Amino acid sequence: MILEARDLRKLYGDFCALDGVSLTVGTGEFVSIIGPNGAGKSTLINLLTGVLRPTAGTVRFNDRDVAGIGPVALTRLGLARSFQLVQIFPDLTVLETLQAPVVSRLGRGTRFFRSLAADREVQADALEVAELFGLADKRHVPARQLPQGDKKLLDVASAFALRPEIILLDEPTSGVSTAEKSAIMEILVTASRRMGLKAIIQVEHDMDIVFGYSDRIVALHQGKVLADATPATIRADARVVDMVIGRTHHLPSPPQAERTG
Amino acid sequence: MSGRLILGLALAGLLVLPFVLSPYRLILMLPFMAYGVILLGLNLLFAYAGLVSFGHALFVGVGAYTGAFLGAHAGIRSIEVVVLVAAILGAVVAALVGLLCVRYVKIYFGMLTLAFGMVFYTFVLKFYRITGGDEGMPVPRPLLLGLDLDAMPKTDYLIGPYYYYCLGVLVVAAAVMWRIVHSPFGLCLRTIRDNPTKAEALGVSVTRYRWYAFVISGVFGAVGGALLGPPIGNVDPTLVYWTHSGSLVFMALLGGFAHFFGPVLGAFVFIFLQDAVMSVVPYWRLVFGAILAAIVIFAPGGLMGLFARRRAPVEVARP
Repeated sequence: MILEARDLRKLYGDFCALDGVSLTVGTGEFVSIIGPNGAGKSTLINLLTGVLRPTAGTVRFNDRDVAGIGPVALTRLGLARSFQLVQIFPDLTVLETLQAPVVSRLGRGTRFFRSLAADREVQADALEVAELFGLADKRHVPARQLPQGDKKLLDVASAFALRPEIILLDEPTSGVSTAEKSAIMEILVTASRRMGLKAIIQVEHDMDIVFGYSDRIVALHQGKVLADATPATIRADARVVDMVIGRTHHLPSPPQAERTG
Repeated sequence: MSGRLILGLALAGLLVLPFVLSPYRLILMLPFMAYGVILLGLNLLFAYAGLVSFGHALFVGVGAYTGAFLGAHAGIRSIEVVVLVAAILGAVVAALVGLLCVRYVKIYFGMLTLAFGMVFYTFVLKFYRITGGDEGMPVPRPLLLGLDLDAMPKTDYLIGPYYYYCLGVLVVAAAVMWRIVHSPFGLCLRTIRDNPTKAEALGVSVTRYRWYAFVISGVFGAVGGALLGPPIGNVDPTLVYWTHSGSLVFMALLGGFAHFFGPVLGAFVFIFLQDAVMSVVPYWRLVFGAILAAIVIFAPGGLMGLFARRRAPVEVARP
């Protein structure tokens, strides 16, 4: 197990956002977390990424307790994340955006008097990630001038540039046109394979993407795990389809090839 | 014209200035160069870390009073020793003040720095026995590179050796700051300025880097302050007063903080404009207030912003 959350409970005053949620992610897995608004997805992500401390329960990453240790410490250990609402550095170029995580991973942020431009390792590493994500042609463009799809891609790419063991993607395709969604997912899955990521966790609303890419789906409902199973099992689970996915949604047919992160 | 050429011409101009400019104007160049050093530091916070300090005169005061103190109480007049001690004291004071300030941003950061500046102002004003209170303290003529130049007339000393000494310090300070902003550290600072949440998610420790920037900025402030003392000849609490901190922010805005040399240009224009306006009307702050309003409304990029816009219409400076 790379990531293991056990009996997570989170109270906001009297309101119980998460109530005894357990979740494990193993090597090679692509796990999707689904659930209606208010199911506790955001709270779960904030607990897994160490932003919030659970009221009760534990989060272990590579057998280390990481509950509430904060995002900076977690990236050091090898867990990265991207955001639901696109997070970029508006005035930094694409390449600079990708250099920052490389600098941080190599622990070179306190090199006050060294030239960044002359640091070949940082330059090469950032460029490699830019190429993997198809952003190399735009490497000198300030992030704020990028089209929305590329901004989303850059947000994800910068998290990948940390070369984490596991990445947590909060709605990697939200706010992006339908046409761009599958392109982003293809790039992302290819990049994770090339960069040797051990696992991917995503929160996603788009069921085509959830069923098209996941090895396992965790359905949340009112702060509890409703189901934790393979896409095929979830598809056959009438309760999950009723409460989480909705009858009106036409579920996509099973993917042809087996995909693993 | 390339930036490098402009910079070379500016430097050449500064080198030959003592041969062409009147002594009166040359003496005005001395505070400009001291402010240049101070503003390089202020702008690391302002433009690269996104933090506006309204208490930066605190560090200027630390530097200026260091020179007066060492001269009066220890008989030390070597400018190298004064600058070194000022830098160390600036770092120590900034490290302590910064521990609290960098946890806050925007107006809260500005108000906290202002508050610390006021505390220091009250200290130098009230501790008469140590600081001379509102009368201040005299600053002895410093030894440059160990050379005793007391035999020279005061003006000759200031517009000759002292001028070139200050220019040397400004050039070194600019080179050091250039390295800092183009280092991996400089990149991390800019990520924090643009988006602290995202920066943390990429492993950049936001408060730690802000604190580093604050300390570096304090060192530059104190070094500049140490240079500012001798031409004035007497340091007093007005140097630490919050309006002086305001003037520093004004200089950065005037020159254009988005450009590396913008605040230095701002210091230059500020000093000479102030002199020109004061010779015409006594209410120079009234005129400067109007200028400040005009800059913020019509030219948020400052003088450098206007210049850059004319050169390349597409690349507009960051507002």
